[in-house]
Amino acid sequence: MKNQNKITFSRRNFIRTSALAGGGLLIGFNFFNSCKEAAVPPVDVSKLNFNDFNAFIKIADNGYVTIFSPNPEIGQGVKTAMPMLIAEELDVPWAHVTVEQGALDTNNFTRQVAGGSQSIRFGWDALRQTGATAKQMLINAAAAKWGVDASTCSASEGIIKNANGDKLGYGDVVSEAASLEVPENLSLKEPKDFKIIGKDAINVDIDKIITGKPLFGLDYTAEGMKYVSVCRPPAFGQKISSFDATEAKAVNGVSEVLQFGDKIAVLASNTWAAMKGKKALKVEWKTDEKLESTTDHDKKLNSILDANDLDVRREDGNVNKAFAEADKIIERTYDSPFLPHNCMEPMNFYANITDEKVHLVGPIQTPAGTAKRIAKLINRNEEDIHLEMTRMGGGFGRRLYGDFALEAAEISNLTKQPVKVIFSREDDMAAGIYRPAIKYRIKASIKDGEITGYQLKEAAINSNMYGLIPNFFPAGAIENYKVESGNYSSNITTGAWRAPYTNFLAFAEQSFFDELAEALSVDPVQLRLDLLKNVEDGKDPSIAYSAKRMIAVIKLAAEKSNWGTTSRGVHQGFSAYYSHNTHVAEVVDITMKNGQPCVEKVTVAVDCGIVVNPTGAKNQIEGGVIDGIGHAMYGDFSFENGKPQDVNFNTYRLIRMKETPIVETYFVENELSPTGLGEPGLPPAGGALANAIKAATGKIITKQPFIISLGSRKTDLNA
Amino acid sequence: MGSYNLKINGKNVSIEADSDTPLLWVLRDELNLVGTKYGCGIGQCGSCTVHIEGVATRSCLLPASRLENSEITTIEGLAKDRLHPVQEAWKELDVPQCGYCQSGQIMTASSFLKRNPNPNSEAIRSAMHGNLCRCASYNRIEKAVALAAKKMS
Repeated sequence: MKNQNKITFSRRNFIRTSALAGGGLLIGFNFFNSCKEAAVPPVDVSKLNFNDFNAFIKIADNGYVTIFSPNPEIGQGVKTAMPMLIAEELDVPWAHVTVEQGALDTNNFTRQVAGGSQSIRFGWDALRQTGATAKQMLINAAAAKWGVDASTCSASEGIIKNANGDKLGYGDVVSEAASLEVPENLSLKEPKDFKIIGKDAINVDIDKIITGKPLFGLDYTAEGMKYVSVCRPPAFGQKISSFDATEAKAVNGVSEVLQFGDKIAVLASNTWAAMKGKKALKVEWKTDEKLESTTDHDKKLNSILDANDLDVRREDGNVNKAFAEADKIIERTYDSPFLPHNCMEPMNFYANITDEKVHLVGPIQTPAGTAKRIAKLINRNEEDIHLEMTRMGGGFGRRLYGDFALEAAEISNLTKQPVKVIFSREDDMAAGIYRPAIKYRIKASIKDGEITGYQLKEAAINSNMYGLIPNFFPAGAIENYKVESGNYSSNITTGAWRAPYTNFLAFAEQSFFDELAEALSVDPVQLRLDLLKNVEDGKDPSIAYSAKRMIAVIKLAAEKSNWGTTSRGVHQGFSAYYSHNTHVAEVVDITMKNGQPCVEKVTVAVDCGIVVNPTGAKNQIEGGVIDGIGHAMYGDFSFENGKPQDVNFNTYRLIRMKETPIVETYFVENELSPTGLGEPGLPPAGGALANAIKAATGKIITKQPFIISLGSRKTDLNA
Repeated sequence: MGSYNLKINGKNVSIEADSDTPLLWVLRDELNLVGTKYGCGIGQCGSCTVHIEGVATRSCLLPASRLENSEITTIEGLAKDRLHPVQEAWKELDVPQCGYCQSGQIMTASSFLKRNPNPNSEAIRSAMHGNLCRCASYNRIEKAVALAAKKMS
């Protein structure tokens, strides 16, 4: 993780250059291949055609730079932050840089995903190296022009200088640079010399956003395009029995109604007509599988926790022995509901499939995988598929799944027309790929004033915590430690939701630690610091977090929040969590009104390594924290006989302005390589809030949403 | 299907639409003014906010056929010769994350500030409460409304 800026690198195989017909230099590089964690060329790049390069730096003959960034933008800021890395090493003024969403060739690329807070982490070295290579080419071109040795020249802010005091702008040497060899053995800047990284850069799409320019998938139109509303089974477990489209076809503007699989597409000349047409369909549904309800899930998950046949995910020491010898045992079961993503831009996709081409446009976090699935679905070669990504009106994990793109492709393929499938809000909430309902049961033993054993059981719908999560804190900090998981297969579709699994696991564990602190009569912050003393970084390579970095964020959050010294009526809760390679600690300040918490302030300390774009980074943390508070307080989603009980914002409650705390964010300053920020701010928030509520009322909350746990109805307003 | 004359962003336009078609879909699908967003269709999220006679109004429930004599302003018409102070404040404070809800937020804020040019924090929070932001950029929205008020005074 230590910043590797002093190591020289070779980029020759990753970069191609070409002169632009109208003057200028085009530098192509393979964005995703070069951003792989181990930057090994996965294919023989020397055999790739120029078209295989999917990211470009265009340097015009006036020296202005355009960076075509193919990375999916869902609001996490990478469309701004990743080009900043290139511009830093290219050494051009940020004001001379324009960022465009590159059209995408979906073949051959690996890290073509927005998700997991990984883009900056993987792009950090590769993108800076690309910028540095381009800069050296320009220097070499200028040196050749002057007839001097390139090593006597330098470049900064878009200007190349030599020892004689001569100057040339980047734009003056672009044509010459295009014909030069790609230089090798270059080195990168020291962090202290950064001019762009670490400075606020406003979202590159800001002007378009604030003036309402077309940017999003829902804004895309094409000649002759039909708007499509899709009628899907109203309950998980149902299929079409029969339908009558007479009235739907009579709706003005509806041109066609057709069944595909267990769905019915209504094509129309505008969105309103398509939606009205769908409502006018008369469909008989038949029950094909079990129609599941939340009460069934509750029982199933409890029986998984009660049984003794879970999969062991990590085991240190002997928890049973620790429990047998304990002075005291504490056990809690924590519950979370399903959650829909509720991106503000509902799912949508454009498809135009003809014999010649497959043209797809829309908001998708996984263009490569989706293109592959579509090729298979409509029996076409992957090479025929041209997929363009639009800006996304939120993702939160939902746009990792290409179901909506597949629907558009199938309908266009059947009707031989350009179509755009548009989910209504009701479609979006009812045809979700939800955060699965999960229960955790945590049990800990205390002996002689120490925590001696810790056992966590997970019971989840469809899938369990993935990868390294069982190695997160408190793994390594408690001698006898065990994590087990089991699941129940449901026909309700589930998937990733912002900070998958840790979004609720952190709440359960961080609430549990407050109970342990109370049982040990220790301050909750001190308890965590004490436990982290047991962890020596690097000693156990399976431990995912750094104790040193965790301690630093804990101390910073405690200091900045004035932990333990609040004014009368204000109650604090603490939480610290490592996820997505980033260490975060949060303190929530609340007051109580009518039995419900008013979240006044959240103080956040973050260690994400070098902060590339502070304004963007803070925006991610503010959003993640408020999102975490909002879903902990209000997020509730249940099923009755396979049918979602909420389908729009009149009953499904999202956090709004008046319930929003002020978020104060502090970054640990260091020179370590940057990690992601889209997700890690969220997981600690719910636990910190629950702990503040406990401090205020003595009530221990084990179930989301908190508003119901505290005795209100979920739509009651408290402020 | 009927023919209606609307005045949008200072221009007279004639549209063909069913009498129940909400203004939102006329703007988006007929006039290609896609800055006004669809979010919920039931007036709960505020993404579709436009100004009718200067007042912030949800366009997703309002039939265009009823607006023949009204001045309609959309996000595309908010800036005149230069950005509206609310837009300037949004830019200065780098408010958007995904950006989808922001045109609705800006339309609500600009209408509110006309009514209440010198609001305190509580008034801002009340005025903006009806506009959802799923990215939760609320802290910056609040600050930007306050900054815009300052710019306008």
